[in-house]
Amino acid sequence: MTERRAALGLTPSQTVGPFYAYALTPRAYGGSELVNERVATDGVPGERITIRGHVLDGDGEPVPDAMIEIWQADADGRHNAGGNAGFTGFGRAETSPEGFFHFETVRPGSVQGPDGTKQAPHLAVSVFARGLLLRLVTRIYFSDDSANAADPVLALVPHERRETLIAQRGPDGVFHFDIRLQGEGETVFFDV
Amino acid sequence: MSLIYPRDGLKAHPLNASPAYASTLKRAPSQPLILLPHTLSEISGPAFGHSAVQAGDSDLTLRHEGEPLGERIIVTGRVLDEDGRPVPHTLIEIWQANAAGRYVHLRDQHPAPLDPNFTGAGRALTDAEGRYRFVTIKPGAYPWRNHHNAWRPAHIHFSLFGPSFLSRVITQMYFPGDPLFAYDPIFQSIPDAKARERLISRFDIDTTEPEWALGYQFDIVLRGRNATPLEEPHDD
Repeated sequence: MTERRAALGLTPSQTVGPFYAYALTPRAYGGSELVNERVATDGVPGERITIRGHVLDGDGEPVPDAMIEIWQADADGRHNAGGNAGFTGFGRAETSPEGFFHFETVRPGSVQGPDGTKQAPHLAVSVFARGLLLRLVTRIYFSDDSANAADPVLALVPHERRETLIAQRGPDGVFHFDIRLQGEGETVFFDV
Repeated sequence: MSLIYPRDGLKAHPLNASPAYASTLKRAPSQPLILLPHTLSEISGPAFGHSAVQAGDSDLTLRHEGEPLGERIIVTGRVLDEDGRPVPHTLIEIWQANAAGRYVHLRDQHPAPLDPNFTGAGRALTDAEGRYRFVTIKPGAYPWRNHHNAWRPAHIHFSLFGPSFLSRVITQMYFPGDPLFAYDPIFQSIPDAKARERLISRFDIDTTEPEWALGYQFDIVLRGRNATPLEEPHDD
């Protein structure tokens, strides 16, 4: 990769703060939602999945003011595919007072990875919150997918921490994925 | 490993472990981040068309029956990439306190008045040259409980997408000459003084409209160079 010096310095990140909801997730304020936790409408092809989880801080306390965004491919593994009415691949949810969030979407297909590899189906995740000066980036993989074993990104993660990136399917079919910002069982976050 | 976007510019960002900002203490990760190759999942990103923005979304002074109290201002500028190329048709979301330093948010307990004529949320898309323009009122400073006598400098929150997942950023725009900069651990969390200054808007007499509103210029530089959302990953 050739490194040329960039002409302009990046605009630095700052925290989303505690008071973003009336602009970014304004349902409770009667505002118009750009996007919400429902990533796919009923007609979108693919297996419907629900992902539920909590955001927890270093004391294991719920984080009631986080905003989670997901970005994903469609069921065929395509991002920004044309003609995919009712599906943008992008979702956004605020956490509840109990630190709870959920998304309803379709299971993504597998996506091309580096060096001719194939990535297991996953969601790209951004976490914003008061106390986070720069968003945290993580991924959600799916526990019932055998492709995880060969995923080139999971392979970069120490074995004992890999489980933090894998949503576990419960008996009700719902995928559970907690985001632990700090401490025991801390979720793997990526430097992008 | 393919790292399609340059990483040079990332040092402009604050570290999440910034203990002077007390909320980071239990929320900043303690484990090192893991370097992620840039795959299609990272170099693509959501596209928002004109349907994302309604007429009037960029004028925060016209959302209610009457006009809000405070100093009417115009905030305008360009969204650029690291090579100085415009980022066209990209979504900007903003939110802010009112002129008295009070947010509409239900959990804001600051004993300053709400303004029935001001909500403080707006959206705009940049034009083909990356330009945007908001009309609003100048937000007030407000106290918070980070430390004794803590006050946030007046600011407007900006949320931007750019062409990909990698260019996504949320930041805050400040106003020139604010005496609170030196005392604000959020502003000071940015290690490099030049990078901090990039968050301070510039008063501009040519943007100012006679008998109507003061003008401020604020350019935003997003991650990326030569990057387009449809680019295939390549190893080089």
